[in-house]
Parts: sequence; C-alpha cells; structure tokens
Amino acid sequence: MTILETRALGKRYRHRWALTGCTLSIPAGHVVGLVGPNGAGKTTLLNLATGLLAPTAGTIEVLGEPPASGPAQLARVGFVAQDPPTYAGLSVADHLRLGAHLNPTWDAALARDRIDRIGLDLVQRAGKLSGGQRAQLALTLAICKQPELLILDEPIASLDPLARREFLQGLMEFTASHQASVIMSSHLMADLERVCDYLIVLVGSQVRMAGEVEDLLGTHRLLTGPRRDPCTYPADWHVLTASHTDRQTTLLVRTDSDIHDPAWAVDEVGLEDLVLAYMSQSSKAEPGPAPREEVQR
Amino acid sequence: MIEFHLDARSGVAPYLQIIQQVRRALRLGTLTVGDQLPTVKDVVAALAINPNTVLKAYRELEYEGLAAAKPGVGTFVTATLNDGSLAYGPLRRDLERWLAKARQAGLDDESIEALYRDTFRSASKEKAI
Amino acid sequence: MIWLTWRQFRGQAWVASATLVVMAVALTLTGLHLGHMFGISGIATCHTRGDCASVSTTFINQVQANSTYKVFNTGMVILYGAPALIGIFWGAPLVSREFEAGTFRLAWNQSVTRTRWLAAKLALLGLAAIVTTGLLSLMLSWWASPIYRAAALADGSNGGAGPNHLDPLLFGASGIAPVGYAAFAFALGVTLGALIRRTIPAMAATLAVFAAALLTMSLWIRPRLVTPAHMISALNPANIDGVNIQAGGRMLLTAAVSKPSGLVVSSQIIDTSGRVFTGPPTQACESATASFQACSASIARLNLRQLVSYQPASRYWMFQWYETAIFLGLGLALAAFCFWWIGRRRLS
Repeated sequence: MTILETRALGKRYRHRWALTGCTLSIPAGHVVGLVGPNGAGKTTLLNLATGLLAPTAGTIEVLGEPPASGPAQLARVGFVAQDPPTYAGLSVADHLRLGAHLNPTWDAALARDRIDRIGLDLVQRAGKLSGGQRAQLALTLAICKQPELLILDEPIASLDPLARREFLQGLMEFTASHQASVIMSSHLMADLERVCDYLIVLVGSQVRMAGEVEDLLGTHRLLTGPRRDPCTYPADWHVLTASHTDRQTTLLVRTDSDIHDPAWAVDEVGLEDLVLAYMSQSSKAEPGPAPREEVQR
Repeated sequence: MIEFHLDARSGVAPYLQIIQQVRRALRLGTLTVGDQLPTVKDVVAALAINPNTVLKAYRELEYEGLAAAKPGVGTFVTATLNDGSLAYGPLRRDLERWLAKARQAGLDDESIEALYRDTFRSASKEKAI
Repeated sequence: MIWLTWRQFRGQAWVASATLVVMAVALTLTGLHLGHMFGISGIATCHTRGDCASVSTTFINQVQANSTYKVFNTGMVILYGAPALIGIFWGAPLVSREFEAGTFRLAWNQSVTRTRWLAAKLALLGLAAIVTTGLLSLMLSWWASPIYRAAALADGSNGGAGPNHLDPLLFGASGIAPVGYAAFAFALGVTLGALIRRTIPAMAATLAVFAAALLTMSLWIRPRLVTPAHMISALNPANIDGVNIQAGGRMLLTAAVSKPSGLVVSSQIIDTSGRVFTGPPTQACESATASFQACSASIARLNLRQLVSYQPASRYWMFQWYETAIFLGLGLALAAFCFWWIGRRRLS
C-alpha cells in the first residue's frame, strides 16, 4: 500500500508554480523526511496531501484515496501544521474533548497517558503553554485519533533541543506501537537522520531525490583522485557535484555499480552532505534522476 | 532489562550500535539466555530513532542466532557470548606489549587510536571480501 | 460538533443571555408601571363614554413625557443593535478567526468534513440569533402594546399623535422583521469573514454592508414593495406649507399630510381634472405685499385636491412577512455561498 501517490502534481499561485511535476510513490511503513530550502514547496506539498489545497495539475492520492475525501479518510490521516495551531482560549482538557467529539477513532486512554507523561496541566489554557508544550498537545491531538498516516509540517523548527527530543520520542513511540507511517518536513538534518528511513529532497518546486535512506547512502559515493576529464567517467555515473584543483578531482557520484578504478579513493557520504549536494544544485538545472521505484520489503 | 544509548557522531550506523551493545551485554553477563530485549516501542521512545532501525538490529541478532522473536510477546536472548574473561588474558598481555612498543616508537594517544582503527577497518574489509 | 460549537460560542452566549435578562427585568418593571398608567387613563372604558380620542391622546402625551419612555427608545436601539452586533460578533469572527489563528488547520483535519463543521456552526448560531432577537422583539412589543392601542384610538385628531407602526424607525424594531435582520446579518458576517479572512476588517465590513442594506430597504424598497393605496381629499389650506412661484407663470405647492395613518409614499396637489397643479399663481400669492393667509385663502377658492400615495397601517403585517422573507432568503443565499466558498480548497 502506498501512503502517498502523486503523478505530475503541480500547484500554481497566480504566476508562480509552487510545485511542479511532482511524481512520488511512497510505500507504507516508513518515516519519510521532506527536506528542502524555504519556499521550495514543502508546505505546499503537505497542504495538498491533507486536502487544504486542491492541485492545479496532476493527481494526488493519500492512503489510496483523494485527500480529505470524507470523514473516513480524514480519520486515517493526522496532521500537525507548522507552528502548531491550538485554540488559545481553550484549555488542554478542552482540546482533548474536541478530539474525542470530532473523531470516532479517538483513544481516550492513550490521550490521558500521553498528557500525563508530557506533564501538561489539564486546566491550563493553550495560549499559556510554552512552544514545546503546544507542539506536544498538537501531536497528541493528531496521534490519539489513531491515524495510519501522520503528516507534520516543520513541527519542531522553533523548539529548544529538549523539547525537540521529547517530541520525536513521542512521535516514534506512536509509530512503533501503531505501525503508522509518518511524513515530516524539517530543516534539521540531525533529527531527520535519527528518525527517517525515507527521504524526499524538494528544491525549486521540484523533487530532486526520493528514496530509502539506506539505498541512497549505499549508492552515493565521494570519490577523490587525480585530476580527470569528465568524459572519462563511466556512463552509469551520475555526477552530482564536482570540484577540481589543478591536481585533484573530487566527485560526488551516484552509481549502482562498484568503483573498480584503483586511482579513486572511495568514501561514503553522510546524509547531510548528500542532501546539501542535492539542494545546492541550481534549480534551473535538470532535475535529478527520476525517483526510483522502491521494492516492497 | 538493558537500556540502549546512541552515539550519533560515532560514524557507526545506529542498528550496528544496538547490535554491539547487545553483544557487549551478553559478554559482560548483563544479559543471559531467556532475558527479554527491550521492546521496539520502548527503545524508540527512549532514543527517538526509527523503529525499523531497531527491527533491523533485532533481525540481525536473530540471524546470528543470539535472539529469537516471539510474536506478540517480544524478543528474547537465546545464546550467550560469555565465555569467561580468562581467555582474554593472553590477548590482553599481547595488546599491552604492542602498546608499549607504539609508545617507544613515539606515537601519541591519538596516533595509536588512529593506527588501530585504520588497521581494524581494512582488516574487517578484507575479512568481508 | 455541537459541543465544540457551544464551547467556542460560550462567551457570546453568556453576553446575550445577560442582555436578555437585563432587558426582561427592566421592561417588566416599567411595563407594569405603564400598564397601571393605561389602566387609570380610562381608555379601556372610553367607548362607553365616547371620548376615546381625547383620553388616548392624553395618555400618549403622559407617556412621552414620562421617563419610562426612555426605556422604549433604549429598547428600540437594542433591537436595531442586536442584529448588527450578532453579525459583527457572532458572524464575522466565526471563520475569520480560524484563519487568523491558523486553527482551521487543526479544525479541518479532524474526522469531520468542512461542510459538516460549517453546517453545525451556521445552524446552531443562526438558531441562537433568531431566538435571541425574537425574544427581544417579543418583550418590546409586549411592553409597548398599551401605547399602540392608544395610538390607534387617538388616530387623526391632531395630526396623528403617537407611534405609527409603519414608521420607518419603528417598523424595523417591531414584529418579526428583526429576526430576518438577525439571520441576514449573521450570514453576512460569516460570509465576509470567510472572504476577508481577517476579523477586524470583516467586522467593519459587516457593519457597513448591513447598515446599507437596512437603509436601502427602509427608504427605497419597502415603500414600493406593494402598490401603494391612493387617497384623494380636498386640500385643507391649513396644511399648505410651501408656495413656490417660478418664472413662466408656475406655482408649485407642497402640503403636509394629516391623514391617513400609515407610511406616506408621496403627496401631490392636483386640480379637479386630476392633473398636478402647476399654476398659474393667484393674484394674492403673486403680490409681494399680501399676507400668507390671503394667499392660502385664494388657493382654497381653486378647489384643489390632495392626492396621497400611502401604505395603510393595516398592511403592517404584510410588510413584516415580506421583509422577513426577503432577509431570510438573503441569509440562506449567503449561507449557501459560504458552503461553496469554503469547500473550494484554495486555502493554505
């Protein structure tokens, strides 16, 4: 089953395309990281996935159905928006009641348990909570309706390290206990490296890279060697970045085959460096290779 | 029940770190046959890592014959690596001698560690091939 | 959805309830006093004595001089204010506050579709608006019933003292018209809030549009909604209040209307053949030295008549129903638009 399936998805605001030609097929059972510079289209893609926006071009299906197509589909997807919004005048207990009344799949015991562990005061108004507490409250609301898919739009960008860690702990615990999938957009590579096993890189309104982290790390290599002419590279190399001094050439390469040429020193690439390499590619350049079809495990 | 920790900067993949920590616990006797390994849920709740990472580590341990999963209950230790610290005596002494030689050759602590790591890695690679 | 609607509406509901209670208390206390005054005025038995017109007029004058009349005026202000305030404080923030705070991203991702969310809020708050305004109108009508009864009896004797049901100012604060206004104002507020997406501008816009709609209806549309009745009567020279002599031998006259009670749409001076009288001016009126009385007397000899187009007071309930239906209809149309607009999914 795919959690997100898009075909040539695009969204235009007046004269600007916020997202173009987005084709993805993400299998279930993953924690997906959505990375990219500001304005690249991450929030647009997530808003399309939750049904807050309608596409200008292409199609999108979430859990096999069009987004927000009815109460049943809405119950299967949880959403935590950027700067998680909460009702400032409503107390924590009121928010839980909101969740209970508006979601038939609400798990009240899970809610009580989470609130206890987070340590929130039920009577306190959401407007008086700290940023981290509000984020946890929003996550609780999204989690306790027991969705199959959780979508989070930069939920922890403005939180301190402890609050971020606690948020991710809660998120991962839910993922493990309910076998849920997660799509999370973020700037913070350190957090993404910890929790994501599938990555989408969005730059300049286009998908530059999409695939399982293990696969990506396994097929990208940093090669250092004596200065070489580009036309001498093997055909199946896809060179992402290349830098040359008068003596030395350094390449970041994507390839399926092994590097046999002994002149090259081969190193693995860290995830952050990989993502940065994709992000630094000019947005006018041809987008990277089409996202690979993932083999179901 | 043991607890895992994660060194995000060590360059070692998280799932490998978990495996290493299980093996160390087995060696030290902290874990014995029949003990339950922490549930996936508890591990990720403590470490904030992807559940698949833990699943992969546990599968690897199963493959090595050290643990077995009981569906719906948990993962349990099935074998031990604790074969007595006496056997390490000779190895320890060899190592001490080598260290003395390295110091005499003028290596400082960092260089000793680097030399060891480098040799260890290339030896492991050769072993894999 | 019912719980959530109530919880978010709680504050406004308390304010409305408090207002109703305060109004009820004030109107009851003064109303009883008014009833007492009515009792001792002798109007109830005036038919046996045949002096209805005079005791009624006396009663009305007494009431208007009395400070309890202030309560009536306050009540009218509240009754006009209620729909406007409902539109501004119940309608405009309904959707716009969700946009401003971003909470629509929370509310519309629960297991409830937007349509259902909006439907519950519109229905429950709309109902509250109708009930609140209906109660207010009922209370005020109960309070003013002695005055209207006296006014009907006092009718005509000295220029129609007392409140006239079709009077533009009174019409919108009585009967069921306020209920229509409230429904319309509420739907208007929600619509403008959904379009503008910011609370304060939406509130301002709601007030402006509502006021404009009400003024348009009462000044232009209502008088022409039903073909007016006509009445031709001999022109009473005492009613002439304007003699306008123009070049070319024209004299235009304007006169006040003394009968009938109701809403006057237009009044014209016509001659015996039925055409509007335009002159020529009489000698007495042309002369610069003659008095106004001489001029009026000369006009009286012309046997002119006054044609009054008016809406009789008996049509009061017909107008009430029409107007309420129009505003309710507008309200429903606006609500339908809201459903369509919010379902459009262009909102991030």
